[in-house]
Amino acid sequence: MARGIKDRVAIVGMGCSRFGERWNDDAETLMVEAFDECIADAGIDVSRIDAAWLGVGFEAQNIGPSGIPLATALRLPDIGVTKVENYCATGTDSFRGAVYAVASGAADIALAMGVEKLKDTGYGGLPARSRGLNFDMYGVTGSAPGNFAQIAAPYRAKHGVSRDDLKRAMAHVSVKSHANGARNPKAHLRKAIDIETVLNAPMIAEPLGLFDCCGVSDGAACAIVTTPEIARELGRTDPVLVKSIQLVTSNGWELQHAGGWDGTYFHTTRKAAARAYAEAGVTDPRAEIDLLEVHDCFSITELVTMEDLFISKEGQAWKDILDGFYDADGHTPCQIDGGLKCFGHPIGASGLRMIYENYLQLQGRAGERQRADGPKLALSHNLGGAPIQNVSAITIVGLEGA
Amino acid sequence: MSDFGILSCGVYLPRGRLDRSAIYNANRWFAPGLKSLARGHRAIANWDEDAVTMAVEAARTCLDGRDRAAVEGLTLASVTHPFADRANAGIVKEALNLSDGIVALDAGGSMRAATSALRDALEGSRTRLCIGSDLRKARPASEAELVQGDGAAAILVGRGTPIARLVASHSVTVDFVDHFRASGESFDYQWESRWVREEGHLAILADAVQALLAEGKVAAGDIDHVVLPIAAGGTVKAIARKLGLKDGAVVDTLSAEIGDTGTGHPLLLLASALERASLGERILVTGFGQGADVLLFEATEAIADHRPQRTVAACVEDGVADDNYMRFLFHRGLIDLERGIRAELDQKQPGTTLYRKRTAVLGLVGSRCTVTGTVQFPPSAISVDPNGRKQGTQEDYPLADRTARIVSYTADALGYSPDPPTYYGTLDFDGGGRLVTEFAEVGPDDVEVGRAMRMVFRIKAEDEQRHFTKYFWKAVPLNEGEA
Repeated sequence: MARGIKDRVAIVGMGCSRFGERWNDDAETLMVEAFDECIADAGIDVSRIDAAWLGVGFEAQNIGPSGIPLATALRLPDIGVTKVENYCATGTDSFRGAVYAVASGAADIALAMGVEKLKDTGYGGLPARSRGLNFDMYGVTGSAPGNFAQIAAPYRAKHGVSRDDLKRAMAHVSVKSHANGARNPKAHLRKAIDIETVLNAPMIAEPLGLFDCCGVSDGAACAIVTTPEIARELGRTDPVLVKSIQLVTSNGWELQHAGGWDGTYFHTTRKAAARAYAEAGVTDPRAEIDLLEVHDCFSITELVTMEDLFISKEGQAWKDILDGFYDADGHTPCQIDGGLKCFGHPIGASGLRMIYENYLQLQGRAGERQRADGPKLALSHNLGGAPIQNVSAITIVGLEGA
Repeated sequence: MSDFGILSCGVYLPRGRLDRSAIYNANRWFAPGLKSLARGHRAIANWDEDAVTMAVEAARTCLDGRDRAAVEGLTLASVTHPFADRANAGIVKEALNLSDGIVALDAGGSMRAATSALRDALEGSRTRLCIGSDLRKARPASEAELVQGDGAAAILVGRGTPIARLVASHSVTVDFVDHFRASGESFDYQWESRWVREEGHLAILADAVQALLAEGKVAAGDIDHVVLPIAAGGTVKAIARKLGLKDGAVVDTLSAEIGDTGTGHPLLLLASALERASLGERILVTGFGQGADVLLFEATEAIADHRPQRTVAACVEDGVADDNYMRFLFHRGLIDLERGIRAELDQKQPGTTLYRKRTAVLGLVGSRCTVTGTVQFPPSAISVDPNGRKQGTQEDYPLADRTARIVSYTADALGYSPDPPTYYGTLDFDGGGRLVTEFAEVGPDDVEVGRAMRMVFRIKAEDEQRHFTKYFWKAVPLNEGEA
């Protein structure tokens, strides 16, 4: 394995717009809102940015192709802007581009932006779209809940979990995220709910009910990254450092190889997690990781991801969840900001939003929802696609020495 | 004796059986005269079926256990071909994974297109598949809506061990317009039924039968099974009386529970007769439309071994009663429901990509690595097997007739479907190969991890802007006893 980039890049500024149904904003104003916070946080002039990455998931319904919309919105100083699209893992991949540019020495200061304007489609949920000319002839263009719902039945069958137990654990995931989102002023959904509401909600894709699904939001999030040396020059005495970034893309094995993948877990996440822990020097993730932001597009996704990240034992996540292990006051909070479920899910921004929350928590700047025990190492997990074919991206950030 | 004749037959009836009283009850305020027809059911194709998909299913049963390389020709008779200019028979050929070197022809224009095609095949020299298939559209509150049914039947004619041989044939052609439909129109225009009965069925058709019997010196009373594809029971009885047929010789027209399935109906009833016939028995088949075809068969020794995988009786039995007339109207395009913005997804099909992938898409042909044995769908340059990375080693591996088992599934109520929720999931084929596809003919109790499924050829989507039908394979539950 490559030697990795642990501690070679520091985050000096982050910004995140309010997420939600931003009827009176478009991608441009959302990016400006996030960037204003970010550049003020970094305390630099825009002229110091050497390169930028722009992540957008649904460009056709949104800003269109290329990096030009970012360069134009922020009037960037004649620098290169790379457009990134990697399903819902787009935000983390955008961050990865900026971090790698700094780690390589090609850039001193780089910007990663993620944005999505989804509330111009005319309906809730993600837009239906082509997945390529070949796929469209034989693939199933199911809805996102339909694709993710399919983990549930094989998971139940493999681990001998009853329908009711699994449904209740999934419901706990959503109840917990709603409680967390209620304490986040930037969150899309800020209403606490009870478990009965989740259990009795209309079915979207069996067994996922309405409250097992995150919605879609408008929003933008961004990061300015640089070297630890420049971070200190900018006055950061205890900078947030990138410990690892790992991204794994399905090669068709899950989709095409009969008898291989059994449909109960995310193959890519397991691979990415093992590599991320190795890169960051984490040997006991259940003990060492203080905070988790994961891709809770659906409650079942968060549930199995707890196992794929090797925090819960395989087949046991549903018990940890019901025990409150991942609650805001539990052993390892997951989605302390409300997650995709309640903070919101503007596709291209989500990976950066997760890092934003971890960045705030590590610095003790998370306000009412701040974890009190001084978290030092935080993981974010950003997933795009469907269980059977996806892109999984993990970022671990932490304080010096963590 | 000649080794040329009918080698096998196969039928397909969609499972939906619309309650005729549901049709009548919705329309009686307007058309109370339909009451006499408001009994029993009619077969209705699902939203994702058409004359081509039903033809494929009938043909698959017909070819079950046979060497498909022996098929030299294919005729698809229909008056409801989905395409006016694209060989519908060519789509069936691809779905059946038949050789590129066959003759494939669409026959149509008349309700006797299938009997004419059958006669041509029997008097030719090729081994030829004759299929009749129709999904007819009738106006709400019409008699046709109640009387018709959807379905398909296939007869394989050729060299081999025939189960029946043609003894005599007779055809007449006269421009008798009992009903018509101009090109591009949706609905038939029907003339008075009394005239059709008196001058059509009892004159043109009955006379043609008598002419054949006279030429062949066969007494009407010596015929064991008579196919009269006429929906009106009174007319059938009148013909039987006029011709002097023996009691019980007329093959059940399936009017009570299926309806008149159009061009394929004579073949469907012939298949029914062959299931019951024994050595030496005579079967008379008629087709009516701008004249008549009459074909006389004799069952051979091989009839004793004729055990179709799916019999007509089994297909009739395997119906699911349905009283949802609104859904039927919607699926036929007779009412325009609000489908929402999600239904607007462009389904444009480039001709180039379909041509390149035609065996995979239309034939469900995957591939097997000749070195590692790994089976996959679709084929690719580099094998999917992570332990046996091989390039350029794959050979064709048909999957359509293999049993598959559910790995995962869902019922999706969010994405647009003409029949929500959409069931789909991942399947592993016995013998290798994995496919994510939609399920058809399922409800909540039909899906579970490990459940055995079989593949069927269906409509995947319609390009409503350019009027192109996209076909692919879906999974239906495998019933006990089916292979």
